[in-house]
This record gives sequence, structure tokens and C-alpha cells, in this order.
Amino acid sequence: MNRYRLSHLRELEAEAIHIFREVAAEFERPVLLYSVGKDSSVLIRLARKAFAPAKVPFPALFIDTSFKFPEMYTHRDEYLTSIGIECFTYTNPEGPSLDMNPFDFSTQQCCSVWKTGGLLKGLTEHGVDAAFGGARREEEKSRAKERIYSFRDTQGQWDPKNQRPELWNLYNARRKPGETIRVFPLSNWTELDVWQYIHLEQIPIVDLYFARERDMVERKGLLLPADPRARPQEGEVKTVKCRFRSIGCVPCTGAIRSEADTIPKIIEELMVERVSERATRAIDHDQEGSMELKKREGYF
Amino acid sequence: MTRLVEQHQSANTLRFSTCGSVDDGKSTLIGRLLHDCKAAFEDQLAAAKRLTNNESVRAAGEEIDFSLLTDGLMAEREQGITIDVAYRYFSTPRRKFIIADTPGHEQYTRNMATGASTASLALILIDARKGVLTQTRRHAFITSLLGIRHCVVCVNKMDLVDYSQQVFDEIVSEFSDFATRLNVPDLEFVPLSALKGDNVVEQSTRMPWYVGKPLLRLLEDVHTGSDRNLIDFRYAVQYVIRPDLDYRGYAGSVASGIVRKGDEVMVLPSRKKTRIARIDTFDGELEEAYPPMSVSLCLEDELDVSRGDMIVHPRNQPHVTRHFEAMVVWLGERKLRVGGNYWVKHTTQSVRAKIESLRYVVDVNTLSRDPEAQGLELNGIGRVVISTVRPLYVDAYRDNRSTGSFVLIDLLTNATVGAGMLIERQPEDELPSAIAEWHDEVDAPKETSSADLVGSEERAARLRQKPVTLWLTGLPASGKREVAHALDRLLFEAGHFAHVLDGRAVRGGLSHDLGFSPGDRAEHLRRVSAVAKTLNDAGLITIASFVSPTRVIRSRARELIGEQRFLEVHVASPLEWSEARDRAGTYERARSGELLHVPGVNAPYEAPTSPAIVLRPDESGFEAAAKALLSLLAEGGFLRGPDSP
Repeated sequence: MNRYRLSHLRELEAEAIHIFREVAAEFERPVLLYSVGKDSSVLIRLARKAFAPAKVPFPALFIDTSFKFPEMYTHRDEYLTSIGIECFTYTNPEGPSLDMNPFDFSTQQCCSVWKTGGLLKGLTEHGVDAAFGGARREEEKSRAKERIYSFRDTQGQWDPKNQRPELWNLYNARRKPGETIRVFPLSNWTELDVWQYIHLEQIPIVDLYFARERDMVERKGLLLPADPRARPQEGEVKTVKCRFRSIGCVPCTGAIRSEADTIPKIIEELMVERVSERATRAIDHDQEGSMELKKREGYF
Repeated sequence: MTRLVEQHQSANTLRFSTCGSVDDGKSTLIGRLLHDCKAAFEDQLAAAKRLTNNESVRAAGEEIDFSLLTDGLMAEREQGITIDVAYRYFSTPRRKFIIADTPGHEQYTRNMATGASTASLALILIDARKGVLTQTRRHAFITSLLGIRHCVVCVNKMDLVDYSQQVFDEIVSEFSDFATRLNVPDLEFVPLSALKGDNVVEQSTRMPWYVGKPLLRLLEDVHTGSDRNLIDFRYAVQYVIRPDLDYRGYAGSVASGIVRKGDEVMVLPSRKKTRIARIDTFDGELEEAYPPMSVSLCLEDELDVSRGDMIVHPRNQPHVTRHFEAMVVWLGERKLRVGGNYWVKHTTQSVRAKIESLRYVVDVNTLSRDPEAQGLELNGIGRVVISTVRPLYVDAYRDNRSTGSFVLIDLLTNATVGAGMLIERQPEDELPSAIAEWHDEVDAPKETSSADLVGSEERAARLRQKPVTLWLTGLPASGKREVAHALDRLLFEAGHFAHVLDGRAVRGGLSHDLGFSPGDRAEHLRRVSAVAKTLNDAGLITIASFVSPTRVIRSRARELIGEQRFLEVHVASPLEWSEARDRAGTYERARSGELLHVPGVNAPYEAPTSPAIVLRPDESGFEAAAKALLSLLAEGGFLRGPDSP
């Protein structure tokens, strides 16, 4: 009965490859936004699959916030070099000049300069008209309505009421000068799908995702890395076996207590997990609807 | 546990759409599914619990308003409605589910269509207290229009009608009656209460009279495998992969059918045939590929293939056409304009297209058709005729969702303004062809004319004449018709057989649907030429009397009828003379601006450069002109006397 029937994962894979090829055919200067995270690692694999045996016909772009985990920089350099993908790094020059950080400023202000500002300027700098991102609709309520081709105006901003209907697998790529799109080939993937795919495909993943003994501090219910910049109090730091479910900047990425030190164990853990992955992101629950507000400004 | 991991890797997917408004309890039902399948997380539940202040929810003794798990955008929560398609995900050990959650209000027909376009099953909600509403009918119609073959009707809020079997049965019966007018082969009904959880995941004990499955079980069990088209291989080339000069792979997705290594294939539009040398993927070569796989095909011969081309099996080809009819759901704020131009995006092709006509608009609430409608408004559904500047490779939507669907894009705003589904019938001659150019069908079957069966020599011998078309061209009222009929009389007297094709007479029958724009005029003359040729094939002499003002039009007529059988006759009466004797008022109306495109007045008339003969009936009279034509025919060897061998 299952002959000529693709499994769930292979169907998602086929859909993503189709999207990569459509964009490569219809846009001038695409880039793949690579954050080192699990989702962008899957994106890289899918991009290679879409164009094999040729090389991926566009570069990766890494937006550096200067607060990323050191492991992320190492993994980026080693992994991308090993598979021969060119990667540009962009840092918003306003970040250092304002000495922007999440301790003296709010997390929103920090994100707005380093992430959103860095992303928008980086895209402009490289003349990008289509940026692949690893966002998934399952992640957050406002993302549930995101299109696969997400249109941004000349300021890079997203207007939820002015998105194009997407029917079948027909994507409307027509745009005016200055308009850009964000493309989300993983729109229909869940966190579990991503991990199962990483397992199935044996995709190298940064060590932060695996449970290890780490020095952490506990603040406002979040388990955060004991980074010196976070100025940990005397006796606040403790060693906890934990892993990161979603990775970003050191000061704002919470960990979960976990014993999962292999991919199958991570998958098992997810199957019984009852907290959504973004619950460990400090920025998302600053206020109800904060993701939607960020997206409107130009963030993912 | 590892077994569980693998089980999930091999599970297949069901994509379904949900239609209904907040009032039907749709968000609550989805929230319930997510919650009971553990796809809603504790932090999301806690947030929903914090925000729950809906009295009916509290009154039902529930702690959580499940709809809060799903209504995503702030604007929606403010308005208490769902304004866009939202996608949700959950899974059971047996299947993974993708929900396209669409709003139910009338103004959101476009969202319903969007959500339904990728679904294989539709879930329709009915409030048990309200029964089948106008909105329910609209949902069912759109489900059917978008080609969804499985439909589950959830009769919700059974707790508010005391779990009454009678209420349920009445709704089933009313909906079933309506559904007979639609094309939904698999229809199921479930009585449930999303709020209380009856028959959602677990079988309810409060409705022992219901012997069917609970909703989730139905969704797990529904067999959608046979919905896919595995017969007709269609492969639209997306991208050409050329890492070096030795390798050329055509990247694309298998839209339908199965392709195997070694298969003979044909590439459209070139119609060149070759074989599949390899089916490549990143993970290695494959022996065969099927939908919806994304692969790369290498061909045995080096052909010129690019994006937009289609690879098919030579014995199973799509229709190659520039003209088609389709049902269109209008998504744009500005209404569809008949005669308007749009981009059509179909498979991997983007071509310019013109809306030739609007056959009718469907009232989605009553299913009645309005053939008088002048345009298609936002959320309207209508049947249109479309012409494209280049041929598309199409199938009917009901046979092939991929090659049967397209979107329309506004030329100025770039917005996606229409979603189209091709209609099965492909009768080009039935189209009201206000078609601007003549087209050469790439794969038009070679015509079998009657002449092939009874030889033209035989007919010529019997009728003592060789068939020919005399094509009389000239200004309106220049005397073409009078000369034509005078010649017909002369031929008849001499024992020959001719027939006059006259503009005015033919217009009333053959071309009653056409106007006088250059495009319509071209199509009118194409039809006339085909008839002239048919008469010639039957052995008759055709006397065609048409203004036919351009050289292009006349040379097309010459091509279609055949060089050997075509004599161009210029009826060259001057404009003043023609205008003075014009009783139909054509010139007068043209000069007053009432008529457009009148050659000689407000449109050019291009005189023939090398006609077989030039007539001046204004000087010679009609009889003399007709006699001159008779001599021309005799000299050309088209006529034989009763005694000649």
C-alpha cells in the first residue's frame, strides 16, 4: 500500500527542494541566512540536495550579533568549509558604536540593533532580493500565518494584512524594485520533523544542542549561561546537565535540564516534552504578541 | 524508543482544511485536537488559561478557552475573528497532520480556497443548534470546486442539543441532499462536542446511537493514496543544473505519473523525443520517480530544454493550448475585467494572458449562475475564457491538480488576484473566440478532409470544374457582393457549381458571437477561410466577398485555403463612390464615431500588392465585372465545357 507514497519527511524534503529551485530560478541574488542553528543546518542540506551535483548557486549570510556562543563560530567555519559553501558575515556597525547589550539596555533594544538592524543592513549591503530563513509556522502563533514567500516592503517590513495568497505550489515571485522576500522552505516542518531529519540524514549539529554539564545561572525561571558579561552574583553559578533547544545569543538563550546527549535521545525527549521550544527565548515573552511586533519591524 | 523514532520517520501526512467560523466552535475543535494529541505545550496552555474569560467556556466548566491556542494575530483576537489561513501541526503515532485553518465568513472565500488548494480532506463544521447554513453550503461548494475528495462534516455543540440523534439525522439528511449537486465522493458525518471532547479523540459515551468512528480516528484512517494521479507523467522543468559541460540535469518535481530510467519521453514545446538516461538526486540515482518527488532528469540526447518546458511520455500528452476555460476564484481587491490582461503562472511558466470572456458568475450561496454578470468581485467565483500569448501544457483540474491549476497576477501591482482551475472540456471551436491572432497549433492533428476519401480528381471530373476560391476584397459597399452574386448566376447558367460566402450573411450565423475589433475580424475570417476550403474540398467554387482589409489576414486565408486554389480579386471602387451608395450606413456611423475599425474611414485598408485581377464595378458595372471573373476562371483552366474531354 505504501508503494509510490513518500514518507512524511521525504514529502517535506521534496517540498523544500521545490521551493529552493523556484527561488533560484526567479530571483537575482538569493542568500541563505545561516545561524548555525538546527533549522539552518537542515536548510543547508536541502539547498545542497536541490542543486546537486552542482554547487549551491548562492552564498550563506551570517548575521553576527557579537553575543553568539563561541562554539557557533567554530562550527560555522568548519562545517561550511567542509561542504564548500561560501559564507558572508555581517555585523551592524551601530552595535559596537552604541555598545549595545542586553544588560544595560532591554532585550528588545538589543535585538533591534544587532539582529533586526544587522539583518536589514546586511541584506541591503549584499543587494539581496530573496533570503532563505529557517522559520517554521509551528514555532509561534503569528508565524502560523506566514507565507512561504514572505514579502517585505523597501524597508524590509512585514504587513500581515498585505501578504499574497499562496495556492497549490505556485509562488508569485513578481516584485517591484527594492522589494525583497524572505523564503521559508521549512514552513511546514515541526521541531520534531527537524530532529528526525537531522537523525535520518546524519547532519552535523553544534554541540550546544546536546546535554552536557554546563555552568549556568537561574533567572526569572530561565536557565541561562553563566557568561561573565551577565555579571553573575556570588554563589549564583551552578553546574547543571542541560542542553539548548534553540540557540541564539549567549545572554538570552535559556537551556533545559536534560540527559539527552544523542540525537535519538533528543527525539525521545521531544516526544514527551510539554514546553514549546521558544519558551526558552527570553525575548519572546516580554509582551504578548511580541513576535508579531518584531516581524512587522523586519525580523523573522 | 528507537522503534518509535523510526515509526515517526515513515508516517505519512494528511493535509486537511477546516472551514467554519468562531461561532461554530472551530477554533475550539482545533485547540481540542492539538491539546488531546499533546501538540499544545504547557506554556501555550498556561497563556491560554490566563487569557480565558469567555463566559460560555467558564459556564461549561472548562478551564481553558481552546480557541486561544489558535487565534494568532493580535488583530484577530481584537476582532474575535480569524482573518487569514493559519497552519497547525500535530501528529499521532499513525499519521502526521497539517491543518490549513481558514475563516468562514463570506468575505474570506479566498482564504478558504487557499487553504483547500493543498488539502486532501476538508473538515466542515456545523453548529448543531443552527443546522445547515448558507455558510455551510459555501464551504461545501468550495471544497468540491478545489477538488477535495474527502469531506468530514462535524456536527458540533451536540452537548447543547442534549446529544439528540434526531437533530443529527436531520442535519445529515439536509447536507446530503445538497451534496448530491457537488462532486465529493467521500462524505462522513460525526456528531461531536469540541468543548466537552465528545467524539473528538475518544468515542463519546453520551451518544451511544452513533456507531461511527470519532473524528481523530477518521482522520487517521482515511485513505488518500488513490487520490493521486500516477498515470499521466507530467514534469515541468524548474531549473537547469549544469555544473560543467558534461552534465546537464533538468531539475523539477514530478507533478503526476511515474517516470522510469530508460523511458521514452517527449519535451514540450519542441516535441522532440529522447529517453531518460538517469534520474538523479543528491543521494544517488533512482530507477523511478513519482509525485511529489523533486529530482533531476538527464536525457540521452542533447536537446535544448529550459525552465517552463515540460517532459511527458509521448503517448500521454497534456493539451497544448493558448485558449482554455477555467473556474476562477477572485482574490483581488479590484475586480476582474473582461478584456483585461494579467500574468498567468502555471506550473513553471509565466505568460501574459487576456480574459476573453466571463461565462457566468456563481452565487456560492445558492449555486445559481448569473450569465449577465459584468465582472468578478473579490471572493467571487466565475467561469472565464482565457487566451495566453504562448501555449501552456494543461490538463483538466479534476484529472491533475498540478497541470490544471494556475494563478492570475496583476500586471501593475504584482498581487496574486485570481486562482484558476481548468475545466475538462477543451473544445477550442466552442470557445467564443475573440482571439487576436491566428495560431498554429503545435500538435493539431492532420486534418482528414473529405477529399481524401473521394479524390479531388474524381469530383472535378464529375462536376466539370476545378475547385477554387475567388477572394473578393475591397472597401465596404464597393460592390463585392453584387459582383459575387452576378458571377454565381453566370456560373450556374453555364452548368457549374459555386457558392457565395458573403460577409453580411455569414456574420449572422457562423460568427454571430464576434464583433468588429481587429481581433474579432481576424477570427471571423479564419472561420470563413475554413468554410471556403471545405466547399472547395467538396468540389465547389467559392466566391468569398469580404472587406478583409489587411494583407496579413488575406495571406493567412491564402495559406489555409491553399495557394493553388486561391485567387485574390481586388474590387477597387473608390471610397467616394462606395460611400455614396452605402445603404447600410456604415460610413455615416463610422464618421460620427459610432463605429470603430471601419477600413477607409478610421482604420487602414491595405490594397493587394499583386491581385489576380483588379475590378472597377463603379466604371464597368457589376455584370461586366462578373464576366471578367468568368473569363479569368476559364483561362485558368478551372472550368470545362460540356463537350470538353
